[in-house]
Amino acid sequence: MTPPDLAVAEKIEGPSGETEELISGSEAIAHACRLADVDVITAYPIRPYDTVMQYVSQMISNGDFDCEFIVAESEHSQFEIVKHASVVGARVFCGSSGVGWFYAFEALAVTAGLRVPMVAMVGNRALDDPGAFGVEHNDALAVRDLGWMLNWVSTAQEALDTALIAYRVAEDKRVSLPCAISCDGAFLTHSQTLVKVPAQETVDSFLPPYDRAEKQLHPDNPITIAPQVNEDWLMEMRRQNDMAMRRARGVIIEAYEDFNAKFGRSGEPFIERYMMDDAEIALVGMGTLAMPVRVAVRKMREQGKKVGFVRVRWFRPFPTIELQDVLGGVHAVGVIDRDYSFGSAFHSGVLATEVRSALYPMESPPKVISFIAGLGGREVSADNVIEMADMAFDAAGGGDINDQDTHWIGVRE
Amino acid sequence: MPDTDVDTFADFIATQVLDPWKGPKKVPAEEYYTSGHRTCQGCESAQLMKLMAKAGGPRSIVLGATGCMYVANTTYYSTPWAIPWMHTQLGSAGSAATGTAAGLKAMMRKGKMKKEPINVIAVCGDGGGADMGLSAISAALQHTQYNLLILLYDNESYANTDIQVSGSSPWGANSTFSPPGKVKRIMNRRWKKNTAAMLASGHPECRYVATVCTAYPVDAMNSVRKALTIGGPTFVHSLDPCPKGWDYDPMYSHELGELAVETGIWPLYEVEEGKLKMCGKSKRIVSGQFKRKPVREYLKRQGRFAHFTDEDIEYFQSKIDDMWETWLIPGVIPFAAA
Ligand SMILES: Cc1ncc(C[n+]2csc(CCOP(=O)(O)OP(=O)(O)O)c2C)c(N)n1
Ligand code: SF4
Ligand SMILES: [Mg+2]
Repeated sequence: MTPPDLAVAEKIEGPSGETEELISGSEAIAHACRLADVDVITAYPIRPYDTVMQYVSQMISNGDFDCEFIVAESEHSQFEIVKHASVVGARVFCGSSGVGWFYAFEALAVTAGLRVPMVAMVGNRALDDPGAFGVEHNDALAVRDLGWMLNWVSTAQEALDTALIAYRVAEDKRVSLPCAISCDGAFLTHSQTLVKVPAQETVDSFLPPYDRAEKQLHPDNPITIAPQVNEDWLMEMRRQNDMAMRRARGVIIEAYEDFNAKFGRSGEPFIERYMMDDAEIALVGMGTLAMPVRVAVRKMREQGKKVGFVRVRWFRPFPTIELQDVLGGVHAVGVIDRDYSFGSAFHSGVLATEVRSALYPMESPPKVISFIAGLGGREVSADNVIEMADMAFDAAGGGDINDQDTHWIGVRE
Repeated sequence: MPDTDVDTFADFIATQVLDPWKGPKKVPAEEYYTSGHRTCQGCESAQLMKLMAKAGGPRSIVLGATGCMYVANTTYYSTPWAIPWMHTQLGSAGSAATGTAAGLKAMMRKGKMKKEPINVIAVCGDGGGADMGLSAISAALQHTQYNLLILLYDNESYANTDIQVSGSSPWGANSTFSPPGKVKRIMNRRWKKNTAAMLASGHPECRYVATVCTAYPVDAMNSVRKALTIGGPTFVHSLDPCPKGWDYDPMYSHELGELAVETGIWPLYEVEEGKLKMCGKSKRIVSGQFKRKPVREYLKRQGRFAHFTDEDIEYFQSKIDDMWETWLIPGVIPFAAA
């Protein structure tokens, strides 16, 4: 992979110092790190996330960005280093992909347990074995129970904006939890689009400095962090983390409102509703899948089929209320998972299981049909989407589509 | 190093100058590792914590990897640490020190924190440091822009999990993973790693590597003080008799530490700015002023070697003899010239 050259990117000056640049999702995240004035970044190579670190290191060597940049000797160390840097008060950033994210798993668990508000980027990638480069969501999803906030973005612009929002939410004292931004490998990390890169002053007005206050590890504040506990205290601590994740919901809403006021964009925080107003059936998915789905929805709408799309933006905290609201009125929901959860209920993917669970308490919940598609970066075409939507329509009309099983789309049997 | 222009190298943050203490009477009374821990009676690793905290003083941050010095030390609501202390994962001492030092450095350079030299000390056991965390320690020793000390307390087993053999356990030692049985007398067939010399020779930019033993407390403290003063990433390896794991009466901890040095099993040395200096009795062993005691005197005092036959003891003795008679640098570098 050739090292990226920042000088090549086109820069178009916009209002209030904002520039418009043709950049990839990875470069957008690197800009967010620069704009957030991150203090310590650790890197370790693994595709596709590592392009972020190529951009970051180039920004540093060009003098555009001042931070400690450490090339670690493993992902475990990568995440442990920033965890400790964060505890002495530094704002930190890190990231990984696929097996790299898993190599860091112990560090990921303690980062959430300790409520270290770091921001990470996951360039979603299939797990080994067999070795594969393409996107699957199982890497990031593996931390879903630990206290990491998790979101999936679908454009480079959203990647940049969400990274800034993530710092604000993660570091908010009511939350103080780590946040991972998932970017589909290749489709988002490596594709260039025009992105509005905000001015430093606008970012500064939105994102206050990181302040650990009484939790900062420093000789002026000689505290002991993470002493050993037993059954006498652990449950209260888990409960505090639970409460923090519950509070995150309100803090996220606040942050999106303020982001919208200052930057003039952000959208609805937890989900994106696409042609849902009069939809009879809905498709649900995350990440760059939104592209072919939107195309297919428009095509089907031309044929008079009332289908809509819901893109889940935040997976943790999970948008239960929004999904109940948007899906409550439809007859059937087709959930498209770019992941697997072997042996789970109905052999579904992770998203479908969560959606079913969120809709279950409703008075007359829609049927949920679960699909697995696009694994390993396989393209999900508009035709694939139409196939799935048709199955959802069939289920809605009382057809014999099995909603007690999961349908693999685009797979050679 | 050539001038590397922008940023990180230019604003080198100095270290605290911690002069050596000339004798026990010069050592200040203040303790920073105090009551509240529940380590075994006679625990030399706990003694090392106390000495290290004294040596580093109040402007220090200590990171402690999982192990006895975490679990037996920091029960919630009864921490013995009067200086800032934080847990780190079993294999993370190197990363914890690097991250802490990098965080402080970035904040000070960018004017987000008052500039002052703060000692960063990461503590790990032989299991956490010399086995699992070796790669992170190796990496830490390469990042010469950070001032940090990695202090490895070697009780020669995974002690906290009930005494299991590690890569730093002595050959043949009885542990819960290497119990002598009806058919196999010797279950641990690995010879103890030569960790300090490996790290010193493998990281030529590292400015200070030393071995110490708490049986010589002032020397141990001065080693820590020297490491922190010299700056950059440094490494100190301490041999700590452990009554539970080594199976002896706690009153003999100090004596066993001395015997480890006097038998030549634990050589004391420091590598400072690329120069090797043998220390204490080990120096006198090399110069011939002190005759090594037979290893039998050390082995026979500990239950973990109770199953040793005369042949086992002879084998052990021959390996220690090799160390002083055939090694390229006696007690330190284990090759003989071909
Ligand atoms: C990743 C991981 N694996 C295993 C353990 C279990 N464990 C806790 S303490 C310990 C012993 C560590 O041995 P050492 O580093 O020598 O320290 P000591 O207990 O001897 O003080 C082990 C294996 C752990 N905490 N983390
Ligand atoms: S087992 Fe050994 S190292 Fe652990 S507390 Fe007891 S004496 Fe100390
Ligand atoms: Mg040990």
